[in-house]
Amino acid sequence: MSEKTEPSGVIGWIDSRLPILSFIRDHLTNYYAPKNFNFWYFFGSLAFLILFLQIFTGIFLTMHYKPDAKLAFDSVEFIMRDVNLGWLIRYMHSTGASAFFIVVYLHMFRALMYGSFKKPRELIWLFGVFIYLALMAEAFMGYLLPWGQMSYWGAQVIINLFSTVPFVGPDLAVWIRGDFAISDPTLTRFYALHIVAVPMVILLLVFLHLAALHTVGSNNPDGVEIKKNKDSEGNPLDGIPFHPYYTVKDFVGIGVFLFLFALTVFYIPEMGGYFLENANFIPANPLVTPEHIAPVWYFTPFYSILRAIPDPAYGALAMALSIIVLFFLPWIDSNPIKSIRYRSLLFKINLFVFVISFLVLGWLGVKSVTPLYSELALRFSQMYFLFFTLLYFYSQSRDSLYSYAFSFTLISLLSIYDILRISADNYINLLVGLVLVGSFVLLMSLLPLFTNFNKEKEVPERLTE
Amino acid sequence: MSKDNPDNSRRKFLSGSLTLVGGTGAAATLWPFLSSMAPSAKAKASGASVEVDISNLEEGQKIDLIWRKKPVWIVKRTKSMLDSIDTNEGKYKDPMSENIEQQPEFAKNKFRSLKPEILVLEGVCTHLGCNPAYKPDRNNGELGKDWQGGFFCACHGSKFDLAGKVESGSPAGANLKVPPYRFVDENTIIVGELPTNDEKSKG
Repeated sequence: MSEKTEPSGVIGWIDSRLPILSFIRDHLTNYYAPKNFNFWYFFGSLAFLILFLQIFTGIFLTMHYKPDAKLAFDSVEFIMRDVNLGWLIRYMHSTGASAFFIVVYLHMFRALMYGSFKKPRELIWLFGVFIYLALMAEAFMGYLLPWGQMSYWGAQVIINLFSTVPFVGPDLAVWIRGDFAISDPTLTRFYALHIVAVPMVILLLVFLHLAALHTVGSNNPDGVEIKKNKDSEGNPLDGIPFHPYYTVKDFVGIGVFLFLFALTVFYIPEMGGYFLENANFIPANPLVTPEHIAPVWYFTPFYSILRAIPDPAYGALAMALSIIVLFFLPWIDSNPIKSIRYRSLLFKINLFVFVISFLVLGWLGVKSVTPLYSELALRFSQMYFLFFTLLYFYSQSRDSLYSYAFSFTLISLLSIYDILRISADNYINLLVGLVLVGSFVLLMSLLPLFTNFNKEKEVPERLTE
Repeated sequence: MSKDNPDNSRRKFLSGSLTLVGGTGAAATLWPFLSSMAPSAKAKASGASVEVDISNLEEGQKIDLIWRKKPVWIVKRTKSMLDSIDTNEGKYKDPMSENIEQQPEFAKNKFRSLKPEILVLEGVCTHLGCNPAYKPDRNNGELGKDWQGGFFCACHGSKFDLAGKVESGSPAGANLKVPPYRFVDENTIIVGELPTNDEKSKG
């Protein structure tokens, strides 16, 4: 690159006081990203777009919404019927919430596939999980605001989760509600948190997420560090400037996304009761729980884990653990190979089974409880946690003693839990479930000893495409 | 002390004490904000007792009222409903109502009530606070052929018998709560007040 000339004129005057030009250089035109980004790399910029969309539509909703238990439900109906194009703004906001989670789940799955959470990107992952947590809080509090039946009873269940905390639980739940039951004080504080506090936290976390990303640079589908191979000017040989190459690519992604988004907003904004649940079109009634209550779809996998365990405190603990475990992912999976492309067949099977378990748990979460479904929920919750233990197991090669001890310990733990809850009516179900999950553990941990299914491929020095 | 050789231990002491004092001040400043989120005086005052007339309550019927913003049920149990109530060890998590949090002293009995036929319960599931549905019919299709009548929480599938006792294997951990209540006369109940000693001996 040639000697840079000092900018002059108005831009020059500003740049010598505020470094806009060097910022654009450092983070766009001269910020090198790996040249092999694929489909999975659309979702970061899409999440950013949706964040902007939610804030923008949210501002306009606050102009008409009334945070008062007596007025809230009617003010939402007022937005839907009487405000000019109010229905459009409201549906954009409610569809945006679901779109946000779809995009974030795909973004997180990308990190799992390509090992983007691994050294040196642990902090990016941690900030990401914090964003995910803040997003769950934001969505949950937003869902109370229409003050429909689902708003009310969903909040009832979630706030009561806090009352299972030992010793201070019941007082904590009262403090969160600001009353002994969900009522006006709960609504007004959720409103304040939803429109001011949590969005600010999310914006701060997104800034940190991106600052950490730009410090170490992006991972890529090969999981090869591009900064290891630089040209004479110090730019990565396998990198291309973010602008214009990836801004143009992201615009294509944004175009496709907005097409699907508009299709949803205009034609199926309620998504058959999954984006906006049917019972939420009935005003909140503290005396009647709807026959069938389920959280919005993006919470259902964790909800299934919650109700798989027949005890409020342990159920809430299992649900909390299922999210907390994500924070430890960079240390659970310390295998130096990042990308799924060079990892073993067993790793691929493990990840595939995890995705299936997560989807099945999500599906079970919208179903009402039957003995069969709650048994299934328990087994798939076990599979959810097994994914992480197996990731740890595959993080280095294990000798036969370790492998036998590992599978023996896991199977014992599973059996002990079943022995504790066995009775005359359920022993056949228990036996079938235990044999299935147990053989999965056995196969996944002992096959490396007898086959080459756990053989990893050699990681190339440079990007392959 | 010369300008070039600052005394570091004095500096450390000063910044340490400043951190401590400033930190305490900052933590104390948080208090008004945290405490403003606790129930207001108005919310606390809305806990008055409620009087109900049950003279029109039919056998097997359930009525709902609100006490302290929570639903409270009053059920007039029939003879056969009372017969279905048992205290089998394995079937319930707390068959003898040992958990003193879940009922006043007077209701620690087989029927968990002052008078056997009149059941008074808080209609709040002890799992996560849903409102269980009243399913008095036996052998109810969806609840299986062992169902003896009781309350079913559709949120997470907890089952309670006609005395509000939680069945083993339910997500809920405790029996449905019996609120304090007393009979003013044969047909009038006050929810929110404990019976006087005199009334207890009559009941």
